[in-house]
Amino acid sequence: MNRLQVELPGLSLKNPIMPASGCFGFGREYSRLYDLNILGAIMIKATTPKPRLGNPLPRVAETEAGMLNSIGLQNPGLDKVMEEELPWLEKHCSVPIIANVAGFSEEDYVEVAGKISTAPNVRAIELNISCPNVKTGGIAFGTQPEVAHNLIRKVKKVSRVPVYVKLSPNVTNIVDIAKAVEAGGADGLTMINTLIGMKLDLKTAKPILANKTGGLSGPAIKPVAIRMIYEVSQQVSIPIIGMGGICCAEDVIEFLYAGASAVAIGSANFADPYICPSIIDRLPGLLDELGFNHITECIGRSWKTQ
Amino acid sequence: MIQKEMCTITNHQQIASNIFEMTLQGDIVLLMDEPGQFVHLKVSEGIDPLLRRPISISSVNKESRQFTIIYRVQGRGTALLSKKRTGDVVDVLGPLGNGFPLDETGPNETALLVGGGIGIPPLYELSCRLVSKGIKVVHVLGFASKDAVFYEEKFMKLGTTYIATADGSYGRKGLVTDVIETEGISFDTLYACGPIPMLKALEDKFPDKKVFISMEERMCCGIGACYACVCHTKFDKEGSSYKKVCSDGPVFRAGEVIL
Repeated sequence: MNRLQVELPGLSLKNPIMPASGCFGFGREYSRLYDLNILGAIMIKATTPKPRLGNPLPRVAETEAGMLNSIGLQNPGLDKVMEEELPWLEKHCSVPIIANVAGFSEEDYVEVAGKISTAPNVRAIELNISCPNVKTGGIAFGTQPEVAHNLIRKVKKVSRVPVYVKLSPNVTNIVDIAKAVEAGGADGLTMINTLIGMKLDLKTAKPILANKTGGLSGPAIKPVAIRMIYEVSQQVSIPIIGMGGICCAEDVIEFLYAGASAVAIGSANFADPYICPSIIDRLPGLLDELGFNHITECIGRSWKTQ
Repeated sequence: MIQKEMCTITNHQQIASNIFEMTLQGDIVLLMDEPGQFVHLKVSEGIDPLLRRPISISSVNKESRQFTIIYRVQGRGTALLSKKRTGDVVDVLGPLGNGFPLDETGPNETALLVGGGIGIPPLYELSCRLVSKGIKVVHVLGFASKDAVFYEEKFMKLGTTYIATADGSYGRKGLVTDVIETEGISFDTLYACGPIPMLKALEDKFPDKKVFISMEERMCCGIGACYACVCHTKFDKEGSSYKKVCSDGPVFRAGEVIL
């Protein structure tokens, strides 16, 4: 028995650990450090219909136990991802790929989702309606329940694989959005994207990031993610892939307790590029220490009656 | 090849105002082949500060499995690093990036090495390697002021060395480009590392020469995955083609990227 096996719509995961979108490129760089096949899945960098260079520099700023980024969805565009990045991944690893789909209009999302879901190794898409770093699109689709609902319905019609929707924490009531997304036909949720933040330069008094604001990630946001997953997982029946500041195996268990069924590792890859393999190695021992036979026993334990 | 290793500090000292020299020991040294590459250091255990610090390698000794870095205390991360003592271990990822090309300068030719401030350290290993190939080296090193000057004697042992300070408190007063001009320094290849305005001035001044520049940029992953340190290329100034300073650089041929 594989104690770490988790089954989700479209995704048969040998362990619930995957690198988060935007923190792992398209896998090439990390493949030089370790065998990608050890991962549960890979969430690749957001893909838009056309190539994007992204925002001006500086694009990152370190903050207390975290960091701000405003990369701005830099990516080589749908055609190149289909022709180069996904085939490269298929050749070098057999883990399920979750394609992060981004855009600036409904048409963009529909175009990317329809096409990218035909790639043989793409087993699910992650609909990015929560990027805080682009002026139009992105987060605009993720903060209004009806807008999100309508978009999901359109994307569901064209996608050949299950659709997970990445939720933004920059909302008043995340449960409302989650419910609207579920009603729109989403197969799962991924949460949370980054929190909008800002850092000022002591000498110039101006924002450090050229884009002024950026998305806060890292351990600093973990309590926010835990709280939101705790709330949402009790109100929807679709599974959640949790993310937001996970740095160690203990954090993974806490996310599962909150209600996530699997997790993604983001900024921690930058602090330690070997973080995913080391968490995967540590998990069985931690399950022993906590007295669990199987990792799925942890899911929702914070609110489920035992 | 890239490796992560807990390296032991064998020497750590302040060598100028806010400037520290740290020597570390580990097998990772055996991978350090190109002068101009850098290491990515975790300055403390735990999650805060979260990110690593990219610092260029200033010298390598494979026999003793030791390498040296020189860094300026600039913020919280480097301040924490400066508190470490001999015998402490540091989490090192590296070697990262592409270094200066040695084979662009032939034997009996002259290489001019121009550095500004904390851009100077990687030029030391470069100079040692060029000298060992029989290449004549000339150094022009710029500092803010007298108290920031370091490694003058070490560079002098390798070749003619000019020091310039912005405030004139030591050496020539002015910029490195002024020194090159007033001294009429002739050379076959120019290698430079320092602030962008300095690199740009050198690029503009010697459009017909072989010039290699090393860039500094805010980095995050250090291995090319996060897209924090991208820059535009000469042939596509506004478009979607780009280079990553960490993994395509930090050394570029002059004109390759937009400064």
